[in-house]
Amino acid sequence: MASETIAITGPAEISRPLSERLHDWIITVDHKKLGILYIIYALFFLVVGGIEALIIRIQLLVPHNDFVSPQVFNRMMTMHGTTMIFFMVMPVLFGFGTYLIPLMIGARDMAFPRLNAFSFWMTAFGGLLLYFSFIGGNGLYGAGNAPDVGWWAYAPLTSRAFSVGHSTDFWTLALLVSGVGSIGTAVNFVTTILCMRCPGMTLGKMPLLAWLNLVMAGMVFLAISPLTAAQAMLCIDRYLGGHFFDTQAGGSAVLWMHFFWIFGHPEVYVLVIPAFAFLSEIVPVFSRKPIFGYPVMVAATICIGFVSLSVWAHHMFTVGMNSYANSFFTITTMAVGVPTGIKIFNWLGTMWGGKIIFRTPMLFCTGFLFQFLIAGLTGIMLGASPFNWQLSGSYFVVAHFHYVIVGGIVFALFGAFYYWYPKISGRMYNEVLGKWHFWLFFIGFHMTFDFMHIPGILGMPRRIYTYEPGRGWEIWNLIVTVGALVQAAGVLIFVVNLLWSLWKGDPAGNDPWDAWTLEWSTTSPPPEYDFATIPVVHSRRPLWDLKHPEDPDWKYE
Amino acid sequence: MFSLIAAESAIFTIFVIAYIFYIGKSLSGPMPKDVLEVPIFNTICLLSSSLTIHLAVKALRSAKVNAFRLWWFITLVLGSIFLVGTGREWQHLIFEKGLTISTNLFGTTYYSLVGLHAFHVTVGLIGIALAMIFTLLGKVQPAHSERLDVFSLYWHFVDAVWVIVFTVVYIIGR
Repeated sequence: MASETIAITGPAEISRPLSERLHDWIITVDHKKLGILYIIYALFFLVVGGIEALIIRIQLLVPHNDFVSPQVFNRMMTMHGTTMIFFMVMPVLFGFGTYLIPLMIGARDMAFPRLNAFSFWMTAFGGLLLYFSFIGGNGLYGAGNAPDVGWWAYAPLTSRAFSVGHSTDFWTLALLVSGVGSIGTAVNFVTTILCMRCPGMTLGKMPLLAWLNLVMAGMVFLAISPLTAAQAMLCIDRYLGGHFFDTQAGGSAVLWMHFFWIFGHPEVYVLVIPAFAFLSEIVPVFSRKPIFGYPVMVAATICIGFVSLSVWAHHMFTVGMNSYANSFFTITTMAVGVPTGIKIFNWLGTMWGGKIIFRTPMLFCTGFLFQFLIAGLTGIMLGASPFNWQLSGSYFVVAHFHYVIVGGIVFALFGAFYYWYPKISGRMYNEVLGKWHFWLFFIGFHMTFDFMHIPGILGMPRRIYTYEPGRGWEIWNLIVTVGALVQAAGVLIFVVNLLWSLWKGDPAGNDPWDAWTLEWSTTSPPPEYDFATIPVVHSRRPLWDLKHPEDPDWKYE
Repeated sequence: MFSLIAAESAIFTIFVIAYIFYIGKSLSGPMPKDVLEVPIFNTICLLSSSLTIHLAVKALRSAKVNAFRLWWFITLVLGSIFLVGTGREWQHLIFEKGLTISTNLFGTTYYSLVGLHAFHVTVGLIGIALAMIFTLLGKVQPAHSERLDVFSLYWHFVDAVWVIVFTVVYIIGR
């Protein structure tokens, strides 16, 4: 079907000077190259954000530590949060989406290739703008300065009086610019998925990755846009003397909280839904069974999409809302757990009775299932407003959302990296190093984030620069920091594995996993045009049909 | 385009919510009821431009290029009248009533919301003007009607937003 290729001879085969090849990457509108650019860009920021996290953890290693100054600590904390959310997880998910969606739905490129390039460069520019603040943040006043208002940037911290210089402006503009890029990417995803599917691929036969990214893109419109609007308001306040969040002129600081979290909470689902998408592709292949409950999976995702738009104020229980608002947001928070639970059961149902192969991608996905469940349970705990009053703003909350983002999203991401690495690079990664990465990261993760719950329950507030001895927090902070170092070692092995396998890895072949979706029908790496002939599909597992003509899937669907 | 409109709607929603939230919360004058006049003529111009752009695209679809040019030109004129009208209203407010974006909460929210809308009108007018130039150069063919149709969605959206802005600012807000 699609595994044939068009032979390219002539100039393209001759190796060209490095400058020309780099130029190709800069001007590219090819979805695969842009996807790789997104991913490399995000990996760079994973390392940067990781170093910031390590600085935070080393500072908190022992009481009364002064590894960095309080000012630097605040900057590291702000930059770590902002970097990881906006310039690591989002770009990497967009990168995988950009790379995989056209291949999975049998298209030759995204619907708007130039918009795709524009979105990437906007996101990239946003990241540069944020990090330029280290040099230009203080403007003409003196030394460099980075944003230090925390990643929520609550008013009135961001007002001119409390945030002199330009660091907060860099933060605002970086998010505004990258937000425009995100909306562009989301427009592209929706149009590509709705208009570019190959013949025979009805919505009901589309791979779950495409479905989940469609829902994610829909959420981006409704979640990122409020942030863009709120950032515009903040700019008006800071530059034009507006009073949106200026309490002295009757403005409201709480309004910023609402605007931020109406972005902030759906954002969590914008991040986690693509992680669900990776699970939904990887778990069936390594369990040697089709996904359990495909329609329910789609329905649950759409359900999450809707419900998650009405849970934002559970971040604000301690602000002092009335009891009706507290009850409403408690109930919706509980409700969003239901479709998420359905998904967990579906993945378990897929594994149940399957012939599970524990290669590295599957190990990471299994870790995801286990950790995401715990993260969901602490989420339900924190969603109950009375419990929240006790623990809000403590390290318990920090442990909870890192459980979601690291234990959930990042584990799924690493799974995706190992799963699609052979397709993207054309070479297999090193399985031994992959397993080392998994176990080191797994042990480090649990050392860090399991034990981080405890100082939270003992009353350790988040975002503190240092603490006094004798409160019973020392041993826990010590374990947490050691765990962070173990995780860093795991990530180091991961980076080494990626680079080393690029040169020395075994050739992967078209379909190393014996998988079922269309991207495995092309060569690895795929040719520039993706498919020599546009494939025609009859079921959810087109490659299964191709490999097993005697027992095709479409007979049963 | 529908996706873009969804995203844009969310942005406008936030600004509208901010406006409604801050109605009557200004600590000092001038207040909306003292300075705002209802821009009836402007509103009629903008809303009728929705009709004319629809007629223009319809004419182009049935290959009546001259009718298209006429309706398209009227759309451009109506949109420009609206923009000029907003400009005159702002001039009046700033220089005669002394209301600027930093005067009070009303000024902040009013100029942001109306300004955001006026910005969208400007972007739309630039698009319409470009298409007008291509029309005069004879480059617009019936085959392009689909693109202009998609573009007209944006213009309808801008008009629909004005209905909401008008209601919130000039009726509820006063």
